[in-house]
Amino acid sequence: MADELIKPDELLSQIDHRPSGAGWMDTPLDIRKGMYCYASNPKSVATLGLPYARPWNPLEEDWKLPENWQEIIYEGFRERLEKFRSFKVFMDICVRCGACADKCHFFIGTGDPKNMPVLRAELLRSVYRNDFTTAGKILGRLGGARPMTLDVLKEWWYYLFQCTECRRCSVFCPYGIDTAEITIMGRELLNLLGLNIDWIATPVANCYRTGNHLGIQPHAFKDMLDFFVDEIEEVTGIKVDPPYMQKDADILFITPSGDVFADPGTYTCMGYMLLFHYLKEKYDLNITWSTYASEGGNFGFFTSHETMKRLNSKMYAEAKRLGVKWILGGECGHMWRVITQYMDTMNGPADFLEEPVNPITGTTFENAKSTKMVHIAEFTADLIKHGKLELDPGRNDNQIVTFHDSCNPARGMGLLDEPRYVLENVVNHFYEMPAGTIREQTFCCGSGAGLNAGENMELRMAGGFPRANAVKHVHDNFGVNMLACVCAIDRAAFPASMEYWVPEVDVTGLHELVANALIMPGEKERETDLRGEPLPGMEE
Amino acid sequence: MNKNYMVSLIAVIVLFLIAYVGTQQGAGLQLVFGIIIPYLAVILFVVGFIRRVMGWSRSAVPFQITTTCGQQPSLPWFKQAKIDNPSSTFFVIIRMFLEIVCFRSLFRNSRMKLNGGTKLTYQLEIFLWVGALAFHYAFFTVVVRHLRFFTEPVPFFVTLLEKVDSFMRIEVLYDAIQSGLPGVYMSGLVLLAATLYLFLRRVLIPQVRYISLAADFFPLFLIMGIALSGIFMRYFTKVDIVAIKELTMGLVTFRPTIPEGVSGLFYAHMFLVSILLAYFPFSKLMHLAGIFLSPTRNMTGNTRQVRYVNPWNYPVKVHTYDEYEDDFREKMIDAGLPVVKMPEEQP
Repeated sequence: MADELIKPDELLSQIDHRPSGAGWMDTPLDIRKGMYCYASNPKSVATLGLPYARPWNPLEEDWKLPENWQEIIYEGFRERLEKFRSFKVFMDICVRCGACADKCHFFIGTGDPKNMPVLRAELLRSVYRNDFTTAGKILGRLGGARPMTLDVLKEWWYYLFQCTECRRCSVFCPYGIDTAEITIMGRELLNLLGLNIDWIATPVANCYRTGNHLGIQPHAFKDMLDFFVDEIEEVTGIKVDPPYMQKDADILFITPSGDVFADPGTYTCMGYMLLFHYLKEKYDLNITWSTYASEGGNFGFFTSHETMKRLNSKMYAEAKRLGVKWILGGECGHMWRVITQYMDTMNGPADFLEEPVNPITGTTFENAKSTKMVHIAEFTADLIKHGKLELDPGRNDNQIVTFHDSCNPARGMGLLDEPRYVLENVVNHFYEMPAGTIREQTFCCGSGAGLNAGENMELRMAGGFPRANAVKHVHDNFGVNMLACVCAIDRAAFPASMEYWVPEVDVTGLHELVANALIMPGEKERETDLRGEPLPGMEE
Repeated sequence: MNKNYMVSLIAVIVLFLIAYVGTQQGAGLQLVFGIIIPYLAVILFVVGFIRRVMGWSRSAVPFQITTTCGQQPSLPWFKQAKIDNPSSTFFVIIRMFLEIVCFRSLFRNSRMKLNGGTKLTYQLEIFLWVGALAFHYAFFTVVVRHLRFFTEPVPFFVTLLEKVDSFMRIEVLYDAIQSGLPGVYMSGLVLLAATLYLFLRRVLIPQVRYISLAADFFPLFLIMGIALSGIFMRYFTKVDIVAIKELTMGLVTFRPTIPEGVSGLFYAHMFLVSILLAYFPFSKLMHLAGIFLSPTRNMTGNTRQVRYVNPWNYPVKVHTYDEYEDDFREKMIDAGLPVVKMPEEQP
């Protein structure tokens, strides 16, 4: 795969942000290799009981659609216009001012005009006008309307899976039109015809059955954590002992399974384990893991609202079964949008849990009063503020760090200062990327919303360009060599993107840095960090 | 030539001519353009507007999908961005107010540039914000000023606004050209200039040109036509203002009359306004009302603190813990993981 990928300078040279030629309705669709993901595996679609499971190939003419597919789309569209005011209002009120156009990382990185958020939405709006508005019916193409054809459907599929639902455009839209919402609806409609991508469908099926996206069965999950236990012992001399599904533990911990199974997220996972061990030893706080609810992320969110709800249900169900007081959530992006804006509404009220209180500091997490789920950055920030963690930030001195705000915690939650506070306490060298690329204006890693597959690497690199370019800026100016983030997709996606655009920069989770700085009771003198790299002053 | 704006331009010119010619001596369609069409237009506007808003409000709001543009309420020492990530209705109202009155999100606008093909920069791009503000406020002022034609006596705020609007006097008092009398209203000129700017950016900026539909040009030309005909009547072809007011007062008091001496230019002006009113509810111009209902802006961001209820929430098929344990019990036991049910003894 990697050797076929075009070189960064070639990729850049092919970007032209000035669309030209025929109008967009007359530009035929070209499903280009490297830009699309493989079709969903029928087995995965069937596992979830979703409709029209079948093998199909986006490159073939025939997508093996059901006979009445147009009717299904029409009915699905109509139903969603009634169920979601957002969808209906966003279909109606765009004035095409173009403020969103150059805010999308995919447009910046590809120059493909159909990646301008406004045009991505127009792909659906044109059909909406044709089918649901009087003006569209009368004026036809002149009124920006077009009938739903097979070509239109394919165009939807191609471009709705070139959107990472990052919501950056919605920050700039004068009416708050959120392309993520439109992409979510569009993907729901495509799923009515069985048109998902496999990088979403299979993790969703896995998650449904085994509890996590990677399809890791309970014993293998424990194996992985056992492996980390050994690694941690090697680095710190301390044998941690993570509890599993411990009834009446204080807190249930849920993190994306990516942290358990993929570098460099695994180091973040070791970070959690060290922190929890520390809290257990020093303050007798019991934080339990679960293999049933072993996935914080929720690729169901990229399939349909219903699928999201089905996967998310495990969090509250497991917390209730175990009888914990509240839930602690790991570092993840869209997981936190689901928890913040959907979970309580879909699967709440969580009246069987307590209002989250940190028993060590006495702090009540007022902002999580109803969901009863606290972000680990909030939790750790609170511990640090109250001096409950003994830290040696000097152990991270080889790291010159910048921080990437993940899209969803930034724009679907507002978790901005907490991770920075933690970071400032565990590292000595921290530099912000330029304004306009951080906080609520942060750029997506380019691989979110289920697009971090291998076969669409060119798309991912193009979409990751704006973020990488800002990292390059701080790398060139301040010598930044470490990109910290609070998202498992980031940790999976950035290593490739950094290697491609800024090879000198590595990727870490926040709690890997916390654990490196955390002085464990009874630890041996540490010579390396969690990655086995020598600590400052410990080089040969 | 771009088909989208040519079609719109021609449409507006044709509409203008229809009314202008139709009300000349001999054609005698004053009744149609002076009374019937304005009434129909207002009815279409009111009914269409209400129906559209009702249509939106009938749709459910299942989730609270606020776009949070700042720090959440969190631990006490983190300063919440109370307006951009509001926790209470009060701050939602402030957020909406700033959005609607100051176009706050548009103020954030930046322009991306790829310098030397390798380095991205983002500069503040203020022109769209300035142009949009100028357009909307000028339009608003013009509309309020026109209340003079529909009220007797003219309310004080209309006269006051006129005074402010004509504050900057430009008077040219030659025999040949007498301009500036009556005092020049800035709003009309600003409206025309802003509309022209909005048109030019649609034509000149490649990205905006590419996304523009005929429906984006039509209202611009329509408003230009309205502004131009209005300016022309006021400053150049002195129209019979007394007769016009008789007509407009007739409309508003439901005693419509067609006085003598109202020029074709006025009928054309009023016809374009009627078209704008009738077109409004069926077009993107409804953003005027839609902004109030935009769920990413008009809701609080404190969804973890206060539960939001979905009116159509329904139970879904889930994979329960018991089913999960049934799938993996043996493996869990082998790995030393706790299980709820032990496997049944082999007989």
